[in-house]
Amino acid sequence: MQNAQLSEAAPPALLGSAAAHGHRSLPRRSGPGRLARWAPPALMFIIFIGLWYLVSEVVLDERQRFLLPPPDAVVAVAFLDPVNRAPLLSGLLLSASIAMLGLLIAAVLGMAVGIAMSQARWVERTLYPYAVVLQCIPTLALVPVIGFWFDFGFASRLIVTVAIAVFPVISSTLFGLQSVERSQHDLLTLHRAGRLTRLLKLQLPHAMPAILTGLQVAATLAVVGAVVGDFFFRQGDAGIGVLIDLYRARLQSEQLFGAAILACLLGVVVFSAFGLLNRVVTGGWHGSAGYHGPTRAR
Amino acid sequence: MLELAAVGHTFHDGTVALHELGLQVRRAEFVAVVGPSGCGKSTLLRLVSGLEVPSIGSLEVATTRVGYVFQDPTLLPWRSVRRNVELPAELERLPRAERRRRAAAAIRLVGLEGFERSRPAALSGGMRMRASLARSLVLEPDLFLFDEPFAALDELSRERLNVELAQLFAARRFTALFVTHSITEAVFLATRVVVMSRRPGRIVADVPVPFDYPREPGLRFAAEFVALASDLSRILRAEATPTVV
Repeated sequence: MQNAQLSEAAPPALLGSAAAHGHRSLPRRSGPGRLARWAPPALMFIIFIGLWYLVSEVVLDERQRFLLPPPDAVVAVAFLDPVNRAPLLSGLLLSASIAMLGLLIAAVLGMAVGIAMSQARWVERTLYPYAVVLQCIPTLALVPVIGFWFDFGFASRLIVTVAIAVFPVISSTLFGLQSVERSQHDLLTLHRAGRLTRLLKLQLPHAMPAILTGLQVAATLAVVGAVVGDFFFRQGDAGIGVLIDLYRARLQSEQLFGAAILACLLGVVVFSAFGLLNRVVTGGWHGSAGYHGPTRAR
Repeated sequence: MLELAAVGHTFHDGTVALHELGLQVRRAEFVAVVGPSGCGKSTLLRLVSGLEVPSIGSLEVATTRVGYVFQDPTLLPWRSVRRNVELPAELERLPRAERRRRAAAAIRLVGLEGFERSRPAALSGGMRMRASLARSLVLEPDLFLFDEPFAALDELSRERLNVELAQLFAARRFTALFVTHSITEAVFLATRVVVMSRRPGRIVADVPVPFDYPREPGLRFAAEFVALASDLSRILRAEATPTVV
């Protein structure tokens, strides 16, 4: 049947009927104002800094102050003094590159394993227990062994990072791929879609919000893995972890807190970056990406 | 167009869904299937569509061009209306330009013009069902299988879509197997209504519907319509399990 016939066959009453058919124009209500949005976290930050000063300046006396130096001292000594800042920044760079490379490997490996598991029950049954074991092993307890096997350099730090970060990618990929509804599978089955078509056109797009959420978790774990792995290896080029250990040994508490703050900021940055990515990729259709409580119309 | 003889189907868990079911549907017939909950109506459609293979009996479908309208719209939420409607054509590897043209025609036919770029989440329930209908139209099938497509809609939307589907049938004269819970819907749409028994399902009544097309909304209140519907209702009620409502 030709297309022209198809449109000619349209009974007149069918035309343009949807508009009258109870379509609600969904208004995009403007969100709360800038002030209302930023005030609560800003207030929280002020309270946090205030408490810090309170403990540092009031609770602790002069001799104990090294336990928690006041924020301005941390900023002045760790970040504003170029002599102290240089090792911190190069440590941050090293840890960040280990974290990012580890995350990349964990992402590729985790998605590949998740996809493989989704393709056949037996693969899932074979691999999943080991993925769980990997997640449950206290990776840091194995640091000496990993060090013996792979030396105490970049490779070992990378392995620790991947081992810590890969599980959420595997589990979220698998969950996302498997949570496709039966009727959606039926739709593709009706048209004899093969495995690859099914994966590319249905399962992966469906799993994207779950995968990106898994990557977001993995990203913060990668930062933790990079810093903590570094802390335990204590050899090779100094990342944030080595520096933290060094400052601890030297009782340089301003630099110690500075290093901790940098590690924390790195984690927050990658977490936010993946949150943003998630909104950009799935914001148009995925509910949780833009939902901020029942009162705000989407 | 469609011939089932002594078809039986048993699920993996041993539940017998259909037993000794025989049904013939001729070209250009609109057959509505009613029956108590869980009597195997949906299974019937799954067998006819090839999604499942009958355990026993013979089943012949005289076309490969089958359109399936699911119980819920089953739209892919990341695709726009247009891309959702195009999907079957995409899966059948039709050229892009042809896909576009067919999708546009199908969207026009169901009255969704202007919403081509909308995502399903931005549409009302009725509009989503229209999109689903458009998707089933895009390959211009000879045989339509409807699995309670309007069950989740409000009464008004449902009646509207019934009128429009009856108009579409009057214009296109395709063959349809329409599963529903609603006797009114069945009688309003169909040229024939078959009643299924409770599980394991078989056909217990096969009633022709004498009304001409186009069918006006007011037909639902005509004496003949009401009489036919209440006859069917009586048969159906006799089939429903007394203990389970």
